[in-house]
Amino acid sequence: MKIKNKAFRDKLTTFILVIVLFAFAQTMVACGFASRKFEGLLVNLCVYIILATSLNLVVGISGELSLGHAGFMCIGAFSGSVFSLALQNTITIWWIRFPLALIVGGIMAAVFGFLIGIPVLRLRGDYLAIVTLAFGEIIKNVLNNIYLAYDKNGIFITLSTENSAQYKINSDAATRVEIIKGAQGITGTPKDSNFIIGFIVLMIALFILLNLVDSKIGRNIEASRDNRIAAEAMGVNVTRTKMIAFVTASFLAGVAGALYSHNLSVLQATKFDYNLSILILVYVVLGGMNKMRGVIISTIILYALPEYMRFLDKYRMLLYAIVLILMMLLNNNARFKAFLAKISPKKAIERARDKKAAEGGDR
Amino acid sequence: MSSFLSYVLSGISLGSIYALIALGYTMVYGIAKMLNFAHGDVIMIGGYIVYTALSTYHFPVWISIISGMLSCIIIGVVIEKVAYKPLRNTSPLTVLITAIGVSYLLQNIALLIFGSAAKSFTSVVPKEWTIKTSFVTISGETIVTIVVTVIIMIALTLFVNKTKTGKAMRAVSEDKGAAQLMGINVNKTISITFAIGSGLAAVAAVLLCSTYPLLSPYTGAMPGIKAFTAAVFGGIGSIPGAMIGGIVLGLIECLSKAYISSQLSDAIVFAVLIIILLVKPTGLLGKKINEKV
Repeated sequence: MKIKNKAFRDKLTTFILVIVLFAFAQTMVACGFASRKFEGLLVNLCVYIILATSLNLVVGISGELSLGHAGFMCIGAFSGSVFSLALQNTITIWWIRFPLALIVGGIMAAVFGFLIGIPVLRLRGDYLAIVTLAFGEIIKNVLNNIYLAYDKNGIFITLSTENSAQYKINSDAATRVEIIKGAQGITGTPKDSNFIIGFIVLMIALFILLNLVDSKIGRNIEASRDNRIAAEAMGVNVTRTKMIAFVTASFLAGVAGALYSHNLSVLQATKFDYNLSILILVYVVLGGMNKMRGVIISTIILYALPEYMRFLDKYRMLLYAIVLILMMLLNNNARFKAFLAKISPKKAIERARDKKAAEGGDR
Repeated sequence: MSSFLSYVLSGISLGSIYALIALGYTMVYGIAKMLNFAHGDVIMIGGYIVYTALSTYHFPVWISIISGMLSCIIIGVVIEKVAYKPLRNTSPLTVLITAIGVSYLLQNIALLIFGSAAKSFTSVVPKEWTIKTSFVTISGETIVTIVVTVIIMIALTLFVNKTKTGKAMRAVSEDKGAAQLMGINVNKTISITFAIGSGLAAVAAVLLCSTYPLLSPYTGAMPGIKAFTAAVFGGIGSIPGAMIGGIVLGLIECLSKAYISSQLSDAIVFAVLIIILLVKPTGLLGKKINEKV
């Protein structure tokens, strides 16, 4: 059977790729080839793939640079964990509580994405990059200082260490439950994540992303990226379109964060720093920006490689930096492109078409 | 009251440093229309070079500072030639990602060479320069920082407005193509801009490390981002705007550290950025540019 619709075939290939990889990894786990640590890494791999593909929606498809993806993940992780911890005794069935925690994480991140998007997406230029970067720092800073607890008298929340120390003396020690302990973060989140759930969430995320890209909205997003003025002239509401992309990406980053936090014993805000955002960006850039399947593959490779090449650990970040620069330089180097075209005739046609599109769509 | 005054003074001094860094951002943004993310890390490299010259080779202060400035100028121009120039006609996203790559590269090179442990930088300002009155104590670093920044600002404004090179810079920032037709060497002008920005980064590095004497590979990142905030606040592309933005931001940071919360001061500074973009995206002194189709 030959499927005519190219977009559909493309989507199907991506899904089959992910399913085959999942089946492979699951067999490894089931047959006992994989260690306990490997299984934990598999959940994180799902998390990173969701993060990278959702960031790709902003960077590759929508053409805006977001440097605060770790911030959205952080919000998702914290709100998801707080939700699970607070309702641990109310909703005891984990398979009801956990999906709710994922959704809460996603929605919180999406709300912040929306709030950040209002001032920034109206503007042209590089503002989104700097504001998302600033936002990531704010989130890390605030969540690193927040103290949230409750006892029989009610909920207590503060940002200052003096107040929380005071509270520890005054509150009722017998009924006090500390949820977020300032810089020590959250401990004791129920470990609801496992690889199968991670895989299911990943499939849902990919389903949302791939269908969004291949819809009217997705085409609007790409049109706004290629030529903002022309898109506006054709009646596309550019701000709204970019907002949809940005909020969807934030939502998925939040979901990924909640998935991540339910796989950890200690959750600290300092983990979600600028480096993490850059790491995800490297996945996206190496995956070929705006190619979802490429991003998935590059995430898997870049995530697995360091685990098996510990001796390169010291140079890993340096290599990532060089990869970023070289990718950008080579992708825009006419001579290198000509060389690539020489060795692959099929790519040449695609590249020529891409180049034409790129020339036509100078922002 | 006297403690308030000392907070204000340290705010102005920190703000002056931000202003110097913001100049590098604002000039490059004005002329090359790109956000040079690596600027903060050039500061860090400058700091390390001056530190090495002072502490390892025991050079006199002025030789150390000049060698730091020269190295930063070379690094800045090389970065521009190697990484940014080939991408001049591509999308802003490409250039931005490259700039982040360069910033990351500089950080990691410093990490490999100097290690992650923070070095303690000896202040270049003699202790005797501190002014003590019964009312308030002003450290020598504060005085030197403010004086140096004011001198540099005046010199730079004169340079941009009165000299031929300055005229060329303004022309290139208006319209690259037209400037080229008028016989202006655009590449040279952009290189000069990067050189000035990087040279100022070295000066900022010395002042920053003299006031806050810990030097690590991540020293430059945070002041870099804050200085960019200052540049946006003042109106990106405007030199007096960078000065005003820098000082206002320095004051906000120091006063919020003193009176609100020392842990949350960074969050407050960045919240200011978001509010500015919401209320007045062109900044205090920025011009609104209408885009032509």
